[in-house]
Amino acid sequence: MQYFKNVVTLKLDNELCTGCGMCVIVCPHAVFEINRGKAQILDINDCMECGACSLNCKFGAITVRSGVGCASGILNGILNGTEPSCDCGDGEKNSCC
Amino acid sequence: MAISLNIKSLKPVVFSVPAVSTKLEFSDLIGALKVRFGIGRNNYTITPGLYKVGNPDSHSDVLVSANYKLSFDMLRKNLSLLNIWILVIDTKGINVWCAAGKGNFGTNNVVKSIRNSSLEHIVKHRNIILPQLSASGVAAHKVKEQTGFRVIFGPIQAKDIKTFIEAGYKATPAMRKITFPMKERAKLIPVDFMYAKYKLLLIMCLFFIFSGLDRTGFLFAKMVETGLSPVIDILGAFIGGIIVAVLFLPWIPFRAFALKGAFWGLVSTILLNRLFDVPVLEAIGMGLTSISIASFMTMNFTGSSTYTSLSGVQKEMKWAIPIQIAFVVVGSILFIISKLI
Repeated sequence: MQYFKNVVTLKLDNELCTGCGMCVIVCPHAVFEINRGKAQILDINDCMECGACSLNCKFGAITVRSGVGCASGILNGILNGTEPSCDCGDGEKNSCC
Repeated sequence: MAISLNIKSLKPVVFSVPAVSTKLEFSDLIGALKVRFGIGRNNYTITPGLYKVGNPDSHSDVLVSANYKLSFDMLRKNLSLLNIWILVIDTKGINVWCAAGKGNFGTNNVVKSIRNSSLEHIVKHRNIILPQLSASGVAAHKVKEQTGFRVIFGPIQAKDIKTFIEAGYKATPAMRKITFPMKERAKLIPVDFMYAKYKLLLIMCLFFIFSGLDRTGFLFAKMVETGLSPVIDILGAFIGGIIVAVLFLPWIPFRAFALKGAFWGLVSTILLNRLFDVPVLEAIGMGLTSISIASFMTMNFTGSSTYTSLSGVQKEMKWAIPIQIAFVVVGSILFIISKLI
């Protein structure tokens, strides 16, 4: 199942990539594969911006804007003038997660 | 032979690691059922720390888990006949993937937990196995730098752990890919419905009361006689948006969740319209309201889905929310007008 096309912020810098393969391991949607020693994006529209790849790329070859991606979290952010976030602070009732 | 020992460098290790069974009890199943319905969901936790399954020794594997009891139970029931350590980290009772996204199942927390558990004194090896879905919160190389422990990301599903370990900590591509079949979607519906129950009741009450509006003011008898129809419409919209749209998620060709919801809201209002004989203006008013409600509820499901991106949800909400607001406002106004004329 796929969401919208051409919206995600995923970027792969071929120069910085060393082909270590961490992105292939951590991505839950098989967005990457290693081809001739470098990572390649197969179908970028499979990306859900979870951020696992960029977090685990120690060479800084991958960037993506990840964050709370649920509608209620985004609404929360808009209403409070902040970045999207669940309204769960420490010890507060968290209704979404 | 003199052994020089710096007493101050010794660190006492308390070796009373609780053992957990790999068999779930009836109470565990009941607990799981309850949290699926949102009951006690904020408090379904286990104490963070080190646990053991079977009889692990200093060569046994270490698995890392969230302290949401449902996650922990799902893990341990797949570990029968293994001798394994389980390091449970404090994710405030939240499941692995959500906790990773929010930062609780994160690098710092894992590092802290490894240190607090004195893991380096318990196992000789320096490997820990983390669930793959924690990767959006845990930077493997940073954990290694700070603790000396190498993070191995295990399969997404606990049921594949045994096979993964037997294959030499190798996962097949299928083990690393998340799927979202109807069965998994269905599991998420009850809690979504329960969280919406107060909104549902509120809107049903409002429209029930509005049905009593009349050009002469408010008529109690009119409310009782005509109030059922809008209430059923609203219930139908909620069911369409939370249950039906989610169950049949990929069947509706639109990519936007708001459109999938709107579709079922429309279907619901058309079907229910056959049950009651209402004036056209009221039917249109309730129709718009139903579409808006169903659309909003399905759009909300993006937070529980496994494949929507933040960028996509923001794009969707930009146009969906103004339309949803417009529909519900216009729909309510038309409904009220239909009562007043």
